[in-house]
Amino acid sequence: MIPLSWYLTFAAALFSIGLFGALSRRNMVAILLGVELMLNAVNVNLVAFWRYGDVAQMAGQVFAIIVFAVAAAEVAVGLALVISVYRRHNTVIAEELDLMKW
Amino acid sequence: MTTEQIIFLIVAGATLASGLLVVTSRNLIHAALWLVATLFGVAIVYTLLNAGFMAVVQVVVYIGAIAILFIFAVMLTRKDMRDSGAQLNSNWWAGALMAVLTFGGLFAMLRTWGGMSKTAAEIPAGFDQIAELGAQLTSPEAYVLPFEVASVLLLAAMVGAVYLAFNKK
Repeated sequence: MIPLSWYLTFAAALFSIGLFGALSRRNMVAILLGVELMLNAVNVNLVAFWRYGDVAQMAGQVFAIIVFAVAAAEVAVGLALVISVYRRHNTVIAEELDLMKW
Repeated sequence: MTTEQIIFLIVAGATLASGLLVVTSRNLIHAALWLVATLFGVAIVYTLLNAGFMAVVQVVVYIGAIAILFIFAVMLTRKDMRDSGAQLNSNWWAGALMAVLTFGGLFAMLRTWGGMSKTAAEIPAGFDQIAELGAQLTSPEAYVLPFEVASVLLLAAMVGAVYLAFNKK
């Protein structure tokens, strides 16, 4: 049997990789890829706690499904924003968007 | 070590390696394809956790919809992908430091927590996970409200995405 710690360590590592991607990449699409990795890591944690807690309580899986829906909404709006910005300013580099910088 | 543990270690290693490739690939198409590999690895982890339904939803929603949407977005902004220039911003070392500190902090915190070496109880015989999940998602005593709010959120996101990406000319 796999101890709970293995899943939690795996999820923490995946979250950190996603955090690095979201903080360090210049391309806006790549930043969103990092955010997706972080959301997946959280989902692994939720499902692991469901399995190692009371199995009859489905709260972990229900919450993970809500996270799926939120991730789908986030990525749809995020990529629409990227495409809209690309049309107007011809760039997908996050640093070059300085219209609101004073 | 049992077979299950060996499978977990192989899957976790492959998933983390493809996750690293997602954040380091120069070519964004490659990054999106590595994301598919990572998501598939996470689906296998769900299967190891006896959450088969979650694994199927992961493959259908994440790989089937979200990863494909990413590939479309990369292709629509292809002219400006700039494979040749720097892929990381000038503060990437701070991002890397933050990521390492986050992992170190989480790992240190988890080590001091008592429930870490806990092993899972057997799933009771005859327990229908999917029926239970469906019943709780639609029961007023349980999670019908978050379920309905999620559908409103998806509708709002759809309208917003269409409005933002609509070409007004």
